[in-house]
Amino acid sequence: MTELTSLTIAEARTKLAGKEITAVELTDAYIAAIDGANEAINAYIAVTPDKAREMAKASDARIAAGNAGALEGIPLGIKDLFGTEGVHTQACSHILDGFAPRYESTVTQNLWNDGAVMLGKLNMDEFAMGSSNETSYYGAVKNPWRAKGSNLDLVPGGSSGGSAAAVAAHLCAGATATDTGGSIRQPAAFTGTVGIKPTYGRCSRWGVVAFASSLDQAGPIARDVRDAAILLQSMASVDAKDTTSVDLPVPNYEASIGQSIKGMKIGIPREYRVEGMPEEIEALWQQGIAWLKDAGAEIVDITLPHTKYALPAYYIVAPAEASSNLARYDGVRYGLRVDGKDIVDMYEKTRAAGFGQEVKRRIMIGTYVLSAGYYDAYYLRAQKVRTLIKRDFELAFHAGVDAILTPATPSSAFGIADEDLASDPVKMYLNDIFTVTVNMAGLPGIAVPGGVDHKGLPLGLQLIGKPFEEETLFKTAHVIEQAAGRFTPTKWW
Amino acid sequence: MSVDLATVKRVARLARIAVSEDEATRMVGEINGILGFVEQLSEVNVEGVEPMTSVTPMEMKKRLDVVSDGSKADDIVANAPNTDRNFFLVPKVVE
Repeated sequence: MTELTSLTIAEARTKLAGKEITAVELTDAYIAAIDGANEAINAYIAVTPDKAREMAKASDARIAAGNAGALEGIPLGIKDLFGTEGVHTQACSHILDGFAPRYESTVTQNLWNDGAVMLGKLNMDEFAMGSSNETSYYGAVKNPWRAKGSNLDLVPGGSSGGSAAAVAAHLCAGATATDTGGSIRQPAAFTGTVGIKPTYGRCSRWGVVAFASSLDQAGPIARDVRDAAILLQSMASVDAKDTTSVDLPVPNYEASIGQSIKGMKIGIPREYRVEGMPEEIEALWQQGIAWLKDAGAEIVDITLPHTKYALPAYYIVAPAEASSNLARYDGVRYGLRVDGKDIVDMYEKTRAAGFGQEVKRRIMIGTYVLSAGYYDAYYLRAQKVRTLIKRDFELAFHAGVDAILTPATPSSAFGIADEDLASDPVKMYLNDIFTVTVNMAGLPGIAVPGGVDHKGLPLGLQLIGKPFEEETLFKTAHVIEQAAGRFTPTKWW
Repeated sequence: MSVDLATVKRVARLARIAVSEDEATRMVGEINGILGFVEQLSEVNVEGVEPMTSVTPMEMKKRLDVVSDGSKADDIVANAPNTDRNFFLVPKVVE
Protein backbone atom coordinates (compact mmCIF):
# COMPACT_ATOMS: atom_id res chain seq x y z
CA MET A 1 0.00 0.00 0.00
CA THR A 2 2.77 2.45 0.84
CA GLU A 3 3.97 2.27 -2.74
CA LEU A 4 0.78 3.84 -4.04
CA THR A 5 1.44 7.00 -2.05
CA SER A 6 4.82 7.43 -3.69
CA LEU A 7 3.26 7.88 -7.14
CA THR A 8 3.20 11.37 -8.62
CA ILE A 9 -0.12 12.63 -9.97
CA ALA A 10 1.03 11.94 -13.53
CA GLU A 11 2.06 8.37 -12.62
CA ALA A 12 -1.16 7.69 -10.70
CA ARG A 13 -3.18 9.08 -13.62
CA THR A 14 -1.56 6.56 -15.98
CA LYS A 15 -2.13 3.64 -13.61
CA LEU A 16 -5.75 4.65 -12.99
CA ALA A 17 -6.45 5.05 -16.70
CA GLY A 18 -4.79 1.68 -17.38
CA LYS A 19 -6.95 0.12 -14.62
CA GLU A 20 -3.79 -1.13 -12.85
CA ILE A 21 -5.08 0.50 -9.65
CA THR A 22 -8.44 1.85 -8.53
CA ALA A 23 -9.20 5.26 -7.09
CA VAL A 24 -10.51 3.58 -3.94
CA GLU A 25 -7.20 1.72 -3.46
CA LEU A 26 -5.25 4.91 -3.95
CA THR A 27 -7.46 6.85 -1.53
CA ASP A 28 -7.27 4.08 1.08
CA ALA A 29 -3.47 4.11 0.83
CA TYR A 30 -3.43 7.84 1.58
CA ILE A 31 -5.91 7.53 4.45
CA ALA A 32 -3.70 4.82 5.97
CA ALA A 33 -0.64 7.05 5.51
CA ILE A 34 -2.42 9.97 7.21
CA ASP A 35 -3.51 7.71 10.09
CA GLY A 36 0.08 6.66 10.61
CA ALA A 37 1.72 10.06 10.30
CA ASN A 38 -0.60 12.87 11.23
CA GLU A 39 -0.10 12.63 14.98
CA ALA A 40 3.59 13.35 14.41
CA ILE A 41 3.35 15.85 11.55
CA ASN A 42 0.01 17.60 12.32
CA ALA A 43 -0.48 18.50 8.65
CA TYR A 44 -4.22 17.73 8.64
CA ILE A 45 -6.57 19.44 11.04
CA ALA A 46 -9.61 17.60 9.65
CA VAL A 47 -9.56 14.29 7.77
CA THR A 48 -12.64 13.33 5.72
CA PRO A 49 -12.18 9.59 5.04
CA ASP A 50 -15.86 8.83 4.36
CA LYS A 51 -16.20 11.66 1.88
CA ALA A 52 -12.90 10.66 0.27
CA ARG A 53 -13.97 7.03 -0.22
CA GLU A 54 -17.32 8.11 -1.59
CA MET A 55 -15.63 10.45 -4.07
CA ALA A 56 -13.10 7.76 -5.02
CA LYS A 57 -15.91 5.29 -5.65
CA ALA A 58 -17.60 7.77 -7.95
CA SER A 59 -14.26 8.26 -9.72
CA ASP A 60 -13.90 4.54 -10.29
CA ALA A 61 -17.40 4.49 -11.79
CA ARG A 62 -16.52 7.36 -14.14
CA ILE A 63 -13.25 5.69 -15.15
CA ALA A 64 -15.15 2.46 -15.88
CA ALA A 65 -17.72 4.41 -17.91
CA GLY A 66 -14.95 6.06 -19.92
CA ASN A 67 -15.66 9.63 -18.88
CA ALA A 68 -12.80 10.34 -16.47
CA GLY A 69 -11.86 13.95 -15.71
CA ALA A 70 -8.35 15.42 -15.79
CA LEU A 71 -7.77 14.67 -12.09
CA GLU A 72 -10.00 11.61 -11.82
CA GLY A 73 -9.36 9.71 -8.59
CA ILE A 74 -6.41 11.86 -7.48
CA PRO A 75 -6.46 12.36 -3.66
CA LEU A 76 -5.72 15.95 -2.63
CA GLY A 77 -5.35 17.89 0.60
CA ILE A 78 -7.08 21.28 0.83
CA LYS A 79 -5.74 24.24 2.78
CA ASP A 80 -8.17 25.26 5.53
CA LEU A 81 -8.56 28.69 3.87
CA PHE A 82 -10.73 27.24 1.06
CA GLY A 83 -14.46 27.08 1.70
CA THR A 84 -15.55 23.43 1.42
CA GLU A 85 -19.25 22.73 1.70
CA GLY A 86 -20.24 21.11 4.97
CA VAL A 87 -16.59 20.58 5.95
CA HIS A 88 -14.40 22.31 8.56
CA THR A 89 -13.32 25.72 7.16
CA GLN A 90 -11.74 27.91 9.81
CA ALA A 91 -8.56 29.41 8.33
CA CYS A 92 -7.07 27.65 11.38
CA SER A 93 -8.51 30.36 13.61
CA HIS A 94 -10.52 29.95 16.79
CA ILE A 95 -12.80 32.80 15.72
CA LEU A 96 -14.34 30.62 13.00
CA ASP A 97 -15.08 27.95 15.61
CA GLY A 98 -17.38 25.29 14.16
CA PHE A 99 -17.74 26.99 10.78
CA ALA A 100 -18.76 24.70 7.91
CA PRO A 101 -19.84 26.75 4.89
CA ARG A 102 -22.94 26.08 2.82
CA TYR A 103 -20.96 26.75 -0.35
CA GLU A 104 -17.85 25.51 -2.16
CA SER A 105 -14.98 27.75 -3.26
CA THR A 106 -14.54 28.05 -7.03
CA VAL A 107 -11.02 26.57 -6.93
CA THR A 108 -12.05 23.44 -5.03
CA GLN A 109 -15.21 23.07 -7.11
CA ASN A 110 -13.01 23.13 -10.24
CA LEU A 111 -10.93 20.29 -8.75
CA TRP A 112 -13.99 18.16 -7.88
CA ASN A 113 -15.44 18.84 -11.34
CA ASP A 114 -12.26 17.30 -12.75
CA GLY A 115 -12.68 14.22 -10.55
CA ALA A 116 -10.24 14.92 -7.69
CA VAL A 117 -10.82 13.35 -4.26
CA MET A 118 -10.70 15.37 -1.02
CA LEU A 119 -8.72 13.79 1.84
CA GLY A 120 -9.27 16.62 4.33
CA LYS A 121 -8.30 20.11 5.40
CA LEU A 122 -4.72 21.17 5.94
CA ASN A 123 -3.10 23.12 8.73
CA MET A 124 -1.88 26.68 8.11
CA ASP A 125 -0.93 29.86 9.90
CA GLU A 126 -4.04 31.55 11.32
CA PHE A 127 -5.69 33.51 8.48
CA ALA A 128 -2.51 32.79 6.44
CA MET A 129 -0.56 35.23 8.61
CA GLY A 130 2.82 33.70 9.30
CA SER A 131 5.93 32.13 7.79
CA SER A 132 6.30 29.09 10.05
CA ASN A 133 2.80 27.63 10.52
CA GLU A 134 3.22 28.32 14.25
CA THR A 135 0.35 30.83 14.46
CA SER A 136 -2.26 28.10 13.76
CA TYR A 137 -4.90 27.59 16.44
CA TYR A 138 -4.30 23.86 15.87
CA GLY A 139 -0.62 23.94 16.72
CA ALA A 140 2.57 23.84 14.70
CA VAL A 141 3.17 21.52 11.77
CA LYS A 142 6.41 19.55 11.80
CA ASN A 143 8.55 19.57 8.70
CA PRO A 144 9.05 16.00 7.37
CA TRP A 145 12.68 17.07 6.88
CA ARG A 146 15.21 17.00 9.70
CA ALA A 147 18.83 18.06 9.62
CA LYS A 148 21.33 15.22 9.18
CA GLY A 149 21.94 13.43 12.48
CA SER A 150 19.43 15.61 14.34
CA ASN A 151 16.01 14.92 15.80
CA LEU A 152 15.16 18.58 16.27
CA ASP A 153 11.74 19.51 14.88
CA LEU A 154 11.79 22.10 12.10
CA VAL A 155 9.01 24.30 10.75
CA PRO A 156 7.64 23.53 7.28
CA GLY A 157 7.37 27.26 6.53
CA GLY A 158 4.10 29.10 6.18
CA SER A 159 1.47 29.98 5.79
CA SER A 160 0.77 26.87 3.67
CA GLY A 161 2.84 24.71 6.04
CA GLY A 162 0.30 21.89 6.25
CA SER A 163 0.06 21.75 2.44
CA ALA A 164 3.83 21.59 1.97
CA ALA A 165 4.37 19.04 4.77
CA ALA A 166 1.55 16.79 3.53
CA VAL A 167 2.96 16.80 -0.01
CA ALA A 168 6.54 16.17 1.17
CA ALA A 169 5.49 13.36 3.54
CA HIS A 170 3.29 11.75 0.85
CA LEU A 171 0.10 12.32 2.82
CA CYS A 172 -1.65 13.55 -0.35
CA ALA A 173 -0.82 13.48 -4.05
CA GLY A 174 -0.92 17.27 -4.19
CA ALA A 175 -2.38 20.16 -2.25
CA THR A 176 -4.06 23.51 -2.67
CA ALA A 177 -2.37 26.49 -1.08
CA THR A 178 -2.52 30.27 -1.13
CA ASP A 179 0.17 32.93 -1.33
CA THR A 180 -0.15 36.52 -0.10
CA GLY A 181 3.54 37.29 0.50
CA GLY A 182 5.27 33.97 -0.11
CA SER A 183 2.94 31.45 1.56
CA ILE A 184 3.19 28.92 -1.27
CA ARG A 185 6.82 29.39 -2.33
CA GLN A 186 8.53 29.61 1.06
CA PRO A 187 7.00 26.36 2.46
CA ALA A 188 7.67 24.63 -0.88
CA ALA A 189 11.34 25.67 -0.59
CA PHE A 190 11.50 24.45 3.04
CA THR A 191 10.12 21.01 2.17
CA GLY A 192 11.73 20.20 -1.18
CA THR A 193 8.41 20.53 -3.05
CA VAL A 194 7.28 22.63 -6.00
CA GLY A 195 4.89 25.55 -5.43
CA ILE A 196 3.57 28.09 -7.88
CA LYS A 197 1.80 31.36 -7.16
CA PRO A 198 0.10 32.21 -10.43
CA THR A 199 -0.54 35.71 -11.73
CA TYR A 200 -3.06 37.67 -9.63
CA GLY A 201 -6.46 37.01 -11.21
CA ARG A 202 -5.61 33.57 -12.61
CA CYS A 203 -7.35 31.58 -9.86
CA SER A 204 -10.67 32.75 -8.48
CA ARG A 205 -10.64 34.06 -4.92
CA TRP A 206 -14.35 33.32 -4.53
CA GLY A 207 -15.03 31.22 -1.45
CA VAL A 208 -11.47 31.57 -0.14
CA VAL A 209 -11.23 33.23 3.29
CA ALA A 210 -9.84 36.71 2.56
CA PHE A 211 -6.60 37.99 4.11
CA ALA A 212 -5.30 40.79 1.84
CA SER A 213 -7.52 40.90 -1.21
CA SER A 214 -5.14 42.68 -3.59
CA LEU A 215 -2.36 40.16 -2.83
CA ASP A 216 -4.08 36.80 -2.14
CA GLN A 217 -3.78 34.20 -4.86
CA ALA A 218 -4.36 30.44 -4.84
CA GLY A 219 -1.97 27.91 -6.34
CA PRO A 220 -0.81 24.32 -5.92
CA ILE A 221 2.01 22.64 -4.00
CA ALA A 222 3.13 19.43 -5.70
CA ARG A 223 5.91 16.86 -5.75
CA ASP A 224 7.27 17.92 -9.11
CA VAL A 225 6.86 20.57 -11.79
CA ARG A 226 4.61 18.46 -13.99
CA ASP A 227 2.20 17.78 -11.13
CA ALA A 228 2.11 21.50 -10.31
CA ALA A 229 1.18 22.20 -13.95
CA ILE A 230 -1.55 19.54 -13.89
CA LEU A 231 -3.05 20.96 -10.68
CA LEU A 232 -2.93 24.61 -11.76
CA GLN A 233 -4.65 23.62 -14.99
CA SER A 234 -7.68 22.54 -12.97
CA MET A 235 -7.55 25.24 -10.28
CA ALA A 236 -7.36 28.19 -12.70
CA SER A 237 -10.48 29.50 -14.38
CA VAL A 238 -12.37 32.60 -15.40
CA ASP A 239 -14.98 33.25 -12.71
CA ALA A 240 -17.83 35.75 -12.88
CA LYS A 241 -18.08 35.55 -9.07
CA ASP A 242 -14.65 37.21 -8.61
CA THR A 243 -14.44 40.66 -10.21
CA THR A 244 -10.62 40.42 -10.23
CA SER A 245 -10.66 37.11 -12.13
CA VAL A 246 -9.08 37.85 -15.51
CA ASP A 247 -10.86 36.94 -18.74
CA LEU A 248 -8.12 34.90 -20.36
CA PRO A 249 -8.43 31.26 -21.41
CA VAL A 250 -6.42 28.79 -19.28
CA PRO A 251 -3.61 27.41 -21.46
CA ASN A 252 -2.42 23.81 -21.45
CA TYR A 253 0.28 24.14 -18.78
CA GLU A 254 1.42 20.53 -18.93
CA ALA A 255 2.30 20.94 -22.62
CA SER A 256 5.09 23.34 -21.63
CA ILE A 257 6.91 20.62 -19.64
CA GLY A 258 9.93 19.46 -21.60
CA GLN A 259 10.01 22.45 -23.95
CA SER A 260 13.38 24.00 -24.71
CA ILE A 261 14.52 27.21 -23.05
CA LYS A 262 17.19 27.78 -25.68
CA GLY A 263 17.60 31.47 -26.44
CA MET A 264 15.49 32.55 -23.47
CA LYS A 265 16.76 35.55 -21.54
CA ILE A 266 17.01 35.00 -17.78
CA GLY A 267 17.45 38.08 -15.60
CA ILE A 268 19.57 37.98 -12.42
CA PRO A 269 18.61 40.87 -10.12
CA ARG A 270 21.57 42.19 -8.16
CA GLU A 271 19.30 43.45 -5.36
CA TYR A 272 18.53 39.87 -4.29
CA ARG A 273 22.07 39.47 -3.00
CA VAL A 274 21.30 40.55 0.56
CA GLU A 275 23.61 41.16 3.48
CA GLY A 276 24.03 38.18 5.78
CA MET A 277 22.70 35.70 3.22
CA PRO A 278 24.37 32.29 3.77
CA GLU A 279 27.03 31.43 1.21
CA GLU A 280 25.12 28.26 0.40
CA ILE A 281 22.21 30.31 -0.93
CA GLU A 282 24.58 32.23 -3.19
CA ALA A 283 26.15 28.94 -4.35
CA LEU A 284 22.71 27.49 -5.10
CA TRP A 285 21.83 30.59 -7.11
CA GLN A 286 25.05 30.28 -9.13
CA GLN A 287 24.29 26.59 -9.70
CA GLY A 288 20.84 27.52 -11.00
CA ILE A 289 22.38 30.07 -13.36
CA ALA A 290 24.81 27.43 -14.65
CA TRP A 291 21.99 24.91 -15.27
CA LEU A 292 19.95 27.41 -17.26
CA LYS A 293 23.03 28.51 -19.21
CA ASP A 294 23.81 24.86 -20.03
CA ALA A 295 20.26 24.51 -21.36
CA GLY A 296 20.87 27.35 -23.78
CA ALA A 297 19.43 30.33 -21.93
CA GLU A 298 21.13 33.69 -22.02
CA ILE A 299 21.91 35.12 -18.57
CA VAL A 300 21.68 38.89 -18.11
CA ASP A 301 22.26 41.02 -15.03
CA ILE A 302 19.29 43.23 -14.23
CA THR A 303 18.39 45.77 -11.58
CA LEU A 304 15.15 46.00 -9.61
CA PRO A 305 16.03 49.05 -7.53
CA HIS A 306 12.90 49.17 -5.33
CA THR A 307 13.25 45.57 -4.10
CA LYS A 308 14.20 46.55 -0.54
CA TYR A 309 11.00 48.55 -0.16
CA ALA A 310 8.69 45.66 -1.03
CA LEU A 311 8.62 44.12 2.44
CA PRO A 312 7.97 47.38 4.34
CA ALA A 313 5.28 48.35 1.81
CA TYR A 314 3.76 44.88 2.21
CA TYR A 315 3.58 45.36 5.99
CA ILE A 316 1.35 48.36 5.41
CA VAL A 317 -0.81 47.10 2.54
CA ALA A 318 -1.42 43.57 3.86
CA PRO A 319 -2.38 44.53 7.46
CA ALA A 320 -4.55 47.41 6.16
CA GLU A 321 -6.52 45.08 3.92
CA ALA A 322 -6.60 42.41 6.64
CA SER A 323 -8.01 44.80 9.24
CA SER A 324 -10.83 45.57 6.83
CA ASN A 325 -11.44 41.95 5.77
CA LEU A 326 -11.37 40.62 9.33
CA ALA A 327 -13.88 43.20 10.57
CA ARG A 328 -16.57 40.69 9.61
CA TYR A 329 -15.72 38.39 12.53
CA ASP A 330 -17.99 39.89 15.14
CA GLY A 331 -19.66 36.92 16.80
CA VAL A 332 -22.96 37.56 15.03
CA ARG A 333 -23.11 35.66 11.75
CA TYR A 334 -20.72 32.75 12.22
CA GLY A 335 -18.07 31.28 14.44
CA LEU A 336 -17.21 32.10 18.02
CA ARG A 337 -19.26 34.35 20.27
CA VAL A 338 -18.24 35.45 23.74
CA ASP A 339 -21.10 37.15 25.57
CA GLY A 340 -20.66 40.66 26.92
CA LYS A 341 -22.61 43.27 28.84
CA ASP A 342 -23.63 44.99 25.59
CA ILE A 343 -23.03 44.53 21.87
CA VAL A 344 -19.68 46.37 21.76
CA ASP A 345 -18.46 44.40 24.76
CA MET A 346 -19.51 41.22 22.95
CA TYR A 347 -17.57 42.24 19.82
CA GLU A 348 -14.47 43.11 21.81
CA LYS A 349 -14.51 39.97 23.94
CA THR A 350 -15.25 37.72 20.95
CA ARG A 351 -12.40 39.16 18.91
CA ALA A 352 -10.02 39.11 21.88
CA ALA A 353 -10.71 35.41 22.47
CA GLY A 354 -10.98 34.39 18.82
CA PHE A 355 -7.89 35.91 17.23
CA GLY A 356 -4.34 34.85 18.01
CA GLN A 357 -1.49 37.23 18.79
CA GLU A 358 -0.10 37.62 15.26
CA VAL A 359 -3.55 38.26 13.79
CA LYS A 360 -4.32 40.85 16.48
CA ARG A 361 -0.98 42.52 15.84
CA ARG A 362 -1.73 42.84 12.12
CA ILE A 363 -5.29 44.06 12.65
CA MET A 364 -3.90 46.70 15.02
CA ILE A 365 -1.23 47.83 12.52
CA GLY A 366 -3.84 47.92 9.74
CA THR A 367 -6.32 49.87 11.84
CA TYR A 368 -3.60 52.33 12.82
CA VAL A 369 -2.31 52.99 9.28
CA LEU A 370 -5.85 53.48 7.99
CA SER A 371 -6.95 55.70 10.87
CA ALA A 372 -7.71 59.38 10.39
CA GLY A 373 -4.63 61.43 9.58
CA TYR A 374 -2.33 58.52 8.74
CA TYR A 375 -3.84 57.21 5.51
CA ASP A 376 -1.67 59.37 3.19
CA ALA A 377 1.53 58.86 5.13
CA TYR A 378 1.22 55.08 5.21
CA TYR A 379 -1.29 53.36 2.95
CA LEU A 380 -1.23 55.80 0.02
CA ARG A 381 2.57 55.99 0.08
CA ALA A 382 2.83 52.19 0.19
CA GLN A 383 0.52 51.88 -2.82
CA LYS A 384 2.72 54.36 -4.70
CA VAL A 385 5.83 52.37 -3.80
CA ARG A 386 3.98 49.33 -5.11
CA THR A 387 3.65 51.07 -8.50
CA LEU A 388 7.44 51.58 -8.48
CA ILE A 389 8.11 47.93 -7.62
CA LYS A 390 5.86 46.83 -10.47
CA ARG A 391 7.57 49.30 -12.82
CA ASP A 392 11.00 47.79 -12.01
CA PHE A 393 9.77 44.43 -13.29
CA GLU A 394 8.07 45.96 -16.32
CA LEU A 395 11.30 47.69 -17.35
CA ALA A 396 13.23 44.41 -17.07
CA PHE A 397 10.65 42.53 -19.13
CA HIS A 398 10.50 45.38 -21.64
CA ALA A 399 14.27 45.08 -22.09
CA GLY A 400 13.74 41.50 -23.28
CA VAL A 401 14.00 39.43 -20.10
CA ASP A 402 11.70 36.36 -20.25
CA ALA A 403 12.01 35.26 -16.62
CA ILE A 404 13.95 36.17 -13.49
CA LEU A 405 15.91 33.71 -11.34
CA THR A 406 16.39 34.31 -7.59
CA PRO A 407 16.77 32.22 -4.44
CA ALA A 408 13.34 31.38 -2.94
CA THR A 409 14.25 32.02 0.70
CA PRO A 410 17.20 33.51 2.59
CA SER A 411 17.73 30.27 4.58
CA SER A 412 16.65 26.64 4.90
CA ALA A 413 13.96 25.56 7.42
CA PHE A 414 14.47 26.78 10.99
CA GLY A 415 13.52 25.23 14.31
CA ILE A 416 10.06 25.20 15.87
CA ALA A 417 9.78 27.82 18.65
CA ASP A 418 12.98 29.54 17.54
CA GLU A 419 13.56 32.10 20.31
CA ASP A 420 15.40 34.55 18.13
CA LEU A 421 12.47 34.73 15.70
CA ALA A 422 9.77 34.69 18.36
CA SER A 423 11.20 37.75 20.10
CA ASP A 424 11.08 39.99 17.03
CA PRO A 425 8.16 39.86 14.54
CA VAL A 426 10.20 41.75 11.91
CA LYS A 427 12.81 38.95 11.83
CA MET A 428 10.12 36.43 10.95
CA TYR A 429 8.80 38.79 8.27
CA LEU A 430 12.25 38.80 6.59
CA ASN A 431 11.62 35.22 5.48
CA ASP A 432 9.48 36.62 2.68
CA ILE A 433 12.11 39.04 1.41
CA PHE A 434 12.55 37.27 -1.97
CA THR A 435 8.93 36.28 -2.52
CA VAL A 436 6.93 39.33 -1.46
CA THR A 437 7.96 41.53 -4.43
CA VAL A 438 6.11 39.11 -6.70
CA ASN A 439 2.82 39.56 -4.80
CA MET A 440 3.24 43.31 -4.72
CA ALA A 441 3.59 43.33 -8.53
CA GLY A 442 0.93 40.63 -9.08
CA LEU A 443 3.33 38.46 -11.08
CA PRO A 444 3.58 34.65 -11.25
CA GLY A 445 6.39 32.98 -9.29
CA ILE A 446 7.42 29.35 -8.85
CA ALA A 447 9.65 27.75 -6.22
CA VAL A 448 11.51 24.63 -7.32
CA PRO A 449 14.01 22.59 -5.26
CA GLY A 450 17.61 23.26 -6.26
CA GLY A 451 19.61 21.24 -3.75
CA VAL A 452 20.34 20.72 -0.06
CA ASP A 453 22.48 22.70 2.37
CA HIS A 454 25.26 21.35 4.61
CA LYS A 455 22.62 20.19 7.09
CA GLY A 456 20.95 18.14 4.37
CA LEU A 457 17.90 20.44 4.25
CA PRO A 458 16.26 21.43 0.96
CA LEU A 459 16.80 24.83 -0.63
CA GLY A 460 14.64 26.33 -3.36
CA LEU A 461 15.12 28.55 -6.37
CA GLN A 462 12.46 30.98 -7.52
CA LEU A 463 11.53 31.95 -11.06
CA ILE A 464 9.47 35.08 -11.66
CA GLY A 465 7.57 35.52 -14.94
CA LYS A 466 5.57 38.04 -16.93
CA PRO A 467 1.86 38.32 -16.17
CA PHE A 468 -0.02 35.21 -17.33
CA GLU A 469 3.12 33.51 -18.60
CA GLU A 470 3.03 30.61 -16.17
CA GLU A 471 4.02 28.33 -19.08
CA THR A 472 7.45 29.98 -19.22
CA LEU A 473 7.87 29.26 -15.50
CA PHE A 474 6.87 25.61 -15.86
CA LYS A 475 9.26 24.90 -18.70
CA THR A 476 12.16 26.73 -17.02
CA ALA A 477 11.50 25.16 -13.61
CA HIS A 478 11.40 21.77 -15.30
CA VAL A 479 14.92 22.38 -16.66
CA ILE A 480 16.11 23.09 -13.10
CA GLU A 481 14.31 20.01 -11.80
CA GLN A 482 15.90 17.82 -14.46
CA ALA A 483 19.34 19.05 -13.40
CA ALA A 484 18.79 19.13 -9.62
CA GLY A 485 16.73 15.97 -9.25
CA ARG A 486 13.91 15.46 -6.78
CA PHE A 487 14.15 15.52 -3.00
CA THR A 488 12.33 13.23 -0.58
CA PRO A 489 12.74 13.32 3.22
CA THR A 490 13.86 10.24 5.14
CA LYS A 491 10.91 8.92 7.11
CA TRP A 492 11.24 9.40 10.89
CA TRP A 493 7.57 9.53 11.82
CA MET B 1 6.17 57.82 13.83
CA SER B 2 5.56 55.76 16.92
CA VAL B 3 2.67 54.86 19.19
CA ASP B 4 2.25 55.20 22.96
CA LEU B 5 0.09 53.18 25.34
CA ALA B 6 -2.91 55.52 24.96
CA THR B 7 -2.75 55.21 21.15
CA VAL B 8 -2.57 51.42 21.31
CA LYS B 9 -5.65 51.36 23.53
CA ARG B 10 -7.47 53.73 21.16
CA VAL B 11 -6.58 51.58 18.12
CA ALA B 12 -7.67 48.42 19.96
CA ARG B 13 -10.98 50.11 20.65
CA LEU B 14 -11.32 51.06 16.95
CA ALA B 15 -10.49 47.46 15.99
CA ARG B 16 -12.97 46.15 18.58
CA ILE B 17 -10.42 43.96 20.31
CA ALA B 18 -10.40 43.92 24.12
CA VAL B 19 -6.82 44.21 25.39
CA SER B 20 -5.54 43.93 28.94
CA GLU B 21 -3.06 46.45 30.34
CA ASP B 22 -0.26 43.89 29.91
CA GLU B 23 -1.19 43.10 26.33
CA ALA B 24 -1.42 46.78 25.42
CA THR B 25 1.98 47.43 26.96
CA ARG B 26 3.53 44.54 25.02
CA MET B 27 1.88 45.74 21.80
CA VAL B 28 3.44 49.20 22.13
CA GLY B 29 6.89 47.67 21.62
CA GLU B 30 5.81 45.29 18.86
CA ILE B 31 3.90 47.89 16.88
CA ASN B 32 6.72 50.40 17.20
CA GLY B 33 9.13 47.74 15.93
CA ILE B 34 7.00 47.27 12.82
CA LEU B 35 6.42 51.02 12.35
CA GLY B 36 10.18 51.52 12.63
CA PHE B 37 10.71 48.90 9.94
CA VAL B 38 8.23 50.49 7.51
CA GLU B 39 9.66 53.94 8.21
CA GLN B 40 12.24 53.40 5.42
CA LEU B 41 9.47 54.00 2.87
CA SER B 42 9.75 57.71 3.64
CA GLU B 43 13.09 57.79 1.77
CA VAL B 44 11.43 56.77 -1.53
CA ASN B 45 10.61 59.60 -3.91
CA VAL B 46 6.96 59.06 -4.83
CA GLU B 47 6.48 62.48 -6.42
CA GLY B 48 4.06 62.14 -9.35
CA VAL B 49 3.66 58.36 -8.89
CA GLU B 50 0.12 57.02 -9.14
CA PRO B 51 -0.89 54.62 -6.35
CA MET B 52 -1.35 51.07 -7.58
CA THR B 53 -5.04 50.23 -7.50
CA SER B 54 -5.18 47.18 -9.71
CA VAL B 55 -2.65 44.48 -10.43
CA THR B 56 -3.77 43.86 -14.00
CA PRO B 57 -4.94 46.78 -16.13
CA MET B 58 -8.52 45.79 -16.88
CA GLU B 59 -11.93 47.30 -16.85
CA MET B 60 -13.83 46.41 -13.73
CA LYS B 61 -16.38 43.72 -14.35
CA LYS B 62 -19.95 44.71 -13.74
CA ARG B 63 -22.74 42.24 -13.33
CA LEU B 64 -26.25 42.81 -14.59
CA ASP B 65 -28.49 44.56 -12.10
CA VAL B 66 -30.80 41.60 -11.72
CA VAL B 67 -31.60 39.12 -8.98
CA SER B 68 -29.53 36.03 -9.75
CA ASP B 69 -29.37 34.32 -6.37
CA GLY B 70 -31.33 34.23 -3.14
CA SER B 71 -33.94 32.46 -1.01
CA LYS B 72 -31.14 31.05 1.12
CA ALA B 73 -32.06 32.38 4.54
CA ASP B 74 -31.55 28.96 6.14
CA ASP B 75 -28.07 28.69 4.66
CA ILE B 76 -27.17 32.19 5.74
CA VAL B 77 -28.05 31.70 9.40
CA ALA B 78 -26.85 28.09 9.52
CA ASN B 79 -23.50 28.97 11.11
CA ALA B 80 -24.66 31.77 13.40
CA PRO B 81 -24.12 31.37 17.15
CA ASN B 82 -27.62 32.54 18.05
CA THR B 83 -30.69 32.82 15.78
CA ASP B 84 -34.44 32.84 15.91
CA ARG B 85 -36.65 32.25 12.84
CA ASN B 86 -33.93 33.34 10.38
CA PHE B 87 -32.91 36.38 12.41
CA PHE B 88 -29.47 36.85 13.94
CA LEU B 89 -29.82 37.47 17.65
CA VAL B 90 -27.57 40.06 19.31
CA PRO B 91 -27.57 41.77 22.71
CA LYS B 92 -30.05 44.63 22.99
CA VAL B 93 -28.74 47.71 21.11
CA VAL B 94 -31.66 50.13 21.59
CA GLU B 95 -32.87 51.10 25.05
